[in-house]
Formats: sequence, C-alpha cells, structure tokens
Amino acid sequence: MATQIAVTGAVLAARGLDKSFGSLVVASGIDFELPQGARYALIGPNGAGKTTLINLMTGMLRPDRGQIFLGGEAVTALGPAARVKRGLVRTFQINALFPHLSALEAVALAVCERQGHGGIWWRRLPDYRAAVEEAHAILASLHLADDCYRLTHELAYGQQRLLEIALALATKPKVLLLDEPAAGVPRDESGALFGVISGLSRDITVLFIEHDMDVVFRFASRILVMVGGRILVEGSPDQISADPRVREVYLGQKRHG
Amino acid sequence: MASAAAPHAYLQQQARWHWVEIVFWLSTLLPFVLFPQYLQLASQIAITALFALSLDLILGYAGVVSLGHAAFFGLGAYTAGILSKFYWGEPLSLLVAGALVAGLVGYATSWIIAYFRHLALIMITLGLGLLLYEAANSASWLTGGADGLQGVRIRPLLDYFNFDLYGRTAYTYSLIVLFLAFLVTRRIIHSPFGLSLRGIRENPVRMPAIGAPSRAHIRKIYTIAAVMAGIAGALIAETTETVSLETLSFQRSADVLVILILGGAGRLYGGIVGAIIYMVARDQFSGVNPQFWYFWIGLLLVAVVMFLPNGILGGLARFTESWRRRSR
Amino acid sequence: MLTSLGGVLFDGFAYGMLLFLLSVGLSVTLGMMNFINLAHGSFGMLGGYVTVTLMDRLGWPFLATLPAAFVAAAALSVVLERLLFRHSYRAGELDQVLLTIGVVFMSVASAAYIWGTVQQPVQLPDYFTGSFTFLGVNFAYYRLFLIGTALVVTLLLVAGLEWTRFGAQVRAAVDNQRMARGLGINVNLAFAITFALGSGLAGLGGSLAIAMVGLDPDFAFAYLVYVLIVVSVGGLASIGGSFAAATVLGISDIAGKYYFPALGSFLIYLVMVGVLMWRPAGLFGKR
Repeated sequence: MATQIAVTGAVLAARGLDKSFGSLVVASGIDFELPQGARYALIGPNGAGKTTLINLMTGMLRPDRGQIFLGGEAVTALGPAARVKRGLVRTFQINALFPHLSALEAVALAVCERQGHGGIWWRRLPDYRAAVEEAHAILASLHLADDCYRLTHELAYGQQRLLEIALALATKPKVLLLDEPAAGVPRDESGALFGVISGLSRDITVLFIEHDMDVVFRFASRILVMVGGRILVEGSPDQISADPRVREVYLGQKRHG
Repeated sequence: MASAAAPHAYLQQQARWHWVEIVFWLSTLLPFVLFPQYLQLASQIAITALFALSLDLILGYAGVVSLGHAAFFGLGAYTAGILSKFYWGEPLSLLVAGALVAGLVGYATSWIIAYFRHLALIMITLGLGLLLYEAANSASWLTGGADGLQGVRIRPLLDYFNFDLYGRTAYTYSLIVLFLAFLVTRRIIHSPFGLSLRGIRENPVRMPAIGAPSRAHIRKIYTIAAVMAGIAGALIAETTETVSLETLSFQRSADVLVILILGGAGRLYGGIVGAIIYMVARDQFSGVNPQFWYFWIGLLLVAVVMFLPNGILGGLARFTESWRRRSR
Repeated sequence: MLTSLGGVLFDGFAYGMLLFLLSVGLSVTLGMMNFINLAHGSFGMLGGYVTVTLMDRLGWPFLATLPAAFVAAAALSVVLERLLFRHSYRAGELDQVLLTIGVVFMSVASAAYIWGTVQQPVQLPDYFTGSFTFLGVNFAYYRLFLIGTALVVTLLLVAGLEWTRFGAQVRAAVDNQRMARGLGINVNLAFAITFALGSGLAGLGGSLAIAMVGLDPDFAFAYLVYVLIVVSVGGLASIGGSFAAATVLGISDIAGKYYFPALGSFLIYLVMVGVLMWRPAGLFGKR
C-alpha cells in the first residue's frame, strides 16, 4: 500500500491527525516521523496539545481523522493494550503506579503480561523465575534494586518517576513516549534521570516531553515544537534555537514547569 | 534484611504458609469436640465464608464492586434444589451442576461487567441481581415463588453419610469444600493472574498502558467467583434441604458485602473471619430482637468505614506491625 | 382496553411524580459531589413516618404535616452530612456505598423499633378521597394533588437553578468542581444546602407516597431501588432527565403490573439494565 511505503524507515509515524473536543481543537493536521533509535523532544507551551498527542499515539484517545503507523503497520484501530503489545509504550506525567504493589511486583506484573502469563492462575508467581529476575534486573538498571521490596507508595518521589520508566521498559518497547519524565523532580536530580533515559538501548526509539530547555538541548537529537494543536516546526536543536518563530511563540514566553 | 534475598526466593517466602494459617485451619476442627450442638451453625458459617471468599476475589482483589453477588449464590441453590426435586439427589453432582449454571451465567454477564466501573457498574450488578430475583419470583411453577422451593431431597453423601440432625455431615462436607476452594483462591492470589488482578484494583487505567488485557482478566475472575458462589449456594440447598427467594435477594448481597468488609477485603482470610464473627453474633443476638440486629450491623458498617478501613484483619495487621516496631 | 389505558397513564404519571420527588435530590447531589448516597430512600421513609405520627398522635391535618416532613428530613440530612458523609466525598465508591448502606440498615431497624413492622394506617382528609370521571378515565383527587405538587416543585427547581445566584453556583459546581472552587464558590456549603433541600424533597415525597403505596420499614430499601433507577436512567444532575425517567418508570411500572401482573417488576429492571448498557451515563446524562 502506498501509505505504508511512504512511512517505511520510520518506526512511528503520524499522518494528518485531527482531534477536537466540541469546538476545542486539540490536534490539527499532525504529521511526524520518528526514525529508528531517535531521541526526540516534544516541546511547546502549556495547552499546546503535547499530552493529547501522546494519548492519540498510544490509543488512549481516538483521532477524528488521520492514521498512526508503527513499523509501517497502521495501528489506528487498535486499543492501548494492543499497541503496547506491538511495542508502542508510554509513561505518565502524573505518577500512574500501583500504590500497594511492591516495586518488584509492579515490574514483574508488566513482565508477566508481556510474556503472556497474565492469565495463568494455577502456577505461582515465583515459579516464573526468569520473569521475576528480569523484573529485578530492570529495577537494578534504574538503581531501584535496594528498594524493590518496598510498596510503591512508600518510595521517594524521584524513585516513583524511575518506576514509571521501569514499568515501560518491562514491556520491551520499540518506541517509548515519555510524558514529562522529570515532572516534579528537583532540577539537580532531573539531569540524572535523563542520564538514565539517554543510556537506554538504541533499539528503543524515544520521544519525550520536557519543559526544561537545558535538558532538551542536552538530550534531544531533534526537537518537535507544538503550538495550538499543530506542529509548528521540526529540527535539530541548533535549528530550533535559531528559529525566530519558535523564539516568538515559545522561548520568548515565560518558561513553565 | 529482606533486600539481601534473591527476588524469586523473596516472593516464595511471601507465598509460604504461615504457622498462624495452619493453626487456624486445625482449629476449624474444634467445633466437632467443643460445640457438637452447634455444628449446623458451623456449617452455615463455612458456607457463608465460601460465599464471602468468592466476593473477595472480585471485590477485594480485582476492585470490582458488586451489589448483586447473591445472584450466583441463588442460582447455585436453585439449581441444586430443583434438580434434586425433579431428577436426582446425589450431592456431589448437584454441587457441580450448581457451579456450572452459576459459572455459565457469570461468564455471560461478565461481558457486561467488564465494560463498566463506578456508579454504572454498581447499578448494573444491582439490576442484574434484582432481575434474577424477580424472574425466580415470577417462575413460581419452577421455584415455588415466595413460598420457597418445597420437596428438596438430598441423598446421603457418597451414598453413605446421612445429613444428620446435628449437622456432623453437613459441617464436615461444607468445611472440606471451603478448604478446597480456599486452596484454589490461595493459588490464584499468588499467581501471575492474581498479581494482574491486584494491578487492576490498584490502577485500572494504567493496566492497558503496560499491555495488560484488563477486561479479559475481569471476565475470568468474575466467572471464577460466580462458580464459587454457585457452589456455596448449592451447599446451602443441600445442607438445609430448602431454597428460598432470600438466597437471591439484595439483602443477601448486602450481607456478604458487610461480612467481607468487616473481616477485611483483599485479604485471604477476611471473608472467613468476617463470616465467623457475623454469623456467631447473629446467632447470639438476633434471637432477642431480629429487627434490631440490622441496627448494629449498620452501626458496625459505619464504624468500620470510618475507623477501620481495612476491616478487622487490616486493623490487626496494623496493630501487630506497630507492636513489633515498638518491641524492637 | 382504551379506558384502562387512560387510567394506567394517569395513575402511572401520578406514581412517576412521586418517584420524581423522591429521587430528584439524589440526582443533583450525586452530580455535584459524586457521592453515592444509598440512604436517600431513608429520608423519604422518615418523611412518611413524620406525617403518620403527627396525624395519628398529635392530630395535625395532613397538609400541615407536609412541610414538617420536609423540614425533618432536611434537618436529619444536615446532621448526617456533617457528621458522616462529608468524610467520604474523596473516598472510593465502595466506601460511600458501605457507609450509606450502614445508615439504611440503621434507619430500617430504628423504624421497626419505634413504629413496628406493620403497615401504617393513613387517613386522608375527606377532600382528597373522592374522584371524578372524565372521558371514561377515573381521576382521583389525591393523585391530581400529587401531580400538581410535583409540577410546582419541578418549576421551582428549574427556576431556582436557572435564575438564582445559588442555582448558578450549584450548576458551576456540577459542571466543574475545581473551577467553581477557583472562582471562589463555597462548594461545600452549596453542597450541604443542596443536600438538605434534596433530602427534604425526598421527605416530602415520602409523606405524599404513603397514601398511595403504604409505609413500613421496608420503604427505605424498596424505594431506594426505584430512586436509583430514576437517577441512573435520567442522568446525573439533570432535573429534566429525572422528570422524564420518573414519568417513564412510573407509567411502565403501573402498566407492567396491570397488564403483566405475573412478571412483577421484572420488566422495569430489564429496561434499567438495558438503558445503562446502552448509555452508562443515563439517557439524559452529560458525562
């Protein structure tokens, strides 16, 4: 199919996404592509529709028009869980965790679901030793191994942000959409958090939303600028910082977050 | 410190039988020796505990609030009762039949249940329960209507043990069934599926974002819970040889909810402990003034919600935890 | 057949108006605070017992007991709201359900303790006992009075919500609680007042109901189900929706019991489950 040929090479692509709530247009004619292994930042003023775009890409919202392609395959009709199964995974701006599960249990849950054991009720969890150890290894890679038996709601806030990422990693994502991964984390800690993100395997393509421009310019290979539900411009950090339109609508304004 | 243990060994440790559990199950044999005149009551308690255990699976673990769980209890009871009246009275096969019918209806309705949450879910479970109650009330040619089902005849268990007046057989039988169901529940809780259920309870929105098919999980556990409630209903029909409309009533659904909340939802023993306390208290106090019994239940419910949010077992756990910390 | 249809429509409409009075308060409070108050039927029951007691023991005239029933139910609801309910607005629906079921249990048991479990006798004043026949349909005076009262209440509610300052606050709180708070509206106070008004209306409905449907301690549970049906089918915080749902429910319940007596309430429950599956937010719900 022509549309599929048009997006080969891109791991994730959006084609002409529109979405509105009543008279409020939150996404309009969104087109973009993420190449394999990319580190993209999605920036824009508050209310620009960044989180909405992630909701659209991951199937939490249905677009009014347009198509979404994952590895050249249209996934627009699939629900969120089915997209996760195909490797399109997100994290949440506000912690969306499992407060009364331990960190290990939460990640083991995600690993078991990925491996298709989620419906097995006649064998015990520790019998899936490989899954449990994988969960532990993911936590260890995010420096959470020491606290992995503590309940999620007892973890420090920064640790909970890391657990968000751990849950996403447990699904073995091809594309990871991070909605303000460092939201609420003190500025001096957010660098460490992004260090972890940039250290992720290049098999994982990453798009992150972030307000802190220093972080964006340090960690993003390319930047998408969104304003009023549209993608205003896409370019390398140098191009973006030099672009007068971006200066006007975004960098000129008071910074948020 | 726990963090030194290998992760799977730690989880194994979590799933291991605690000595308190073994003591508890051994002490369920005490009524045979200590209260032989109360074995009928003990049997009712075991059946109620089984019913509460089944509700715990959906409410305590998966977070699915139901105000119509008696539907499956009543289905099991009527299935066993009607079959015994018109066809055969062999108790074990009746138990299976009750489980089957309740499970089938549970599976059918689970497709509806899995799509709703919050108020709509509460209303739909309530509505389905009422619907079944009215259906049973209308079909009096089959169910006996408001007069209850007459002529339930149950053969001796294994064609050998008569259901005696003292309830020795009834209690033995109910206790064994309860224990088997408990073993299944315990296995479910410690399985990957049980973990997924807790995930749904903790954060239903996040589950799809880690690729979990929440609705399929809810359908499955709802069906399992219906089967278990059906078994409890069949047991009550067999051990009392009567089935009344009350088995399907909203009152029954509310009672089991109270029992579970009282004991502690989302804890393996919550329903069982709640059933023991509730049934013994009712036996002791409702004789004086059965109407007023519900005043105390209501007060208790309010008190538990306000002051003991995790039920008696939750309160106990908190108490022992703080005691342990202090003694350290 | 045709005359019976007219009678069924009239009686059903009157019955529906009763259900409307009993349930409209819950519809609004549920829409405002998302607080699932299963004890709403208990306020209706209280209104009924207030009327019976004032008439029987103190010899009050029937009409004079109606405002008393309203005030009693409203007053009790304020006490319960301040004492218990407000602690669980942020809790999950399970806690709210349990808490309010507990209150229902207590109210039922208390009613049985104070007034006994028997049906309470209600002697309507003479001017309400008659009826007249028009086009072959029998119009009972009392039911006409009931319909009139409900229509007046509806008009007052709609007007109050649309045109008063308080009504605007309530609408804002229903629409978006956070925004309303941000605008400086005292949502808690607005809610407490709405809650009292709604419970008072239930009390009024209860005292009007007893001459038609009788009164015993079962009332709180029996009518709770009808109230919940009206609210969930009509949609939250929708007076028009509650009105329409109550009318449809009243007529179809009377019609069902008249034409298919063997089915009892089966049809109603079927309709309710069907509507909820089709539109979980109710026929007129916005969410």
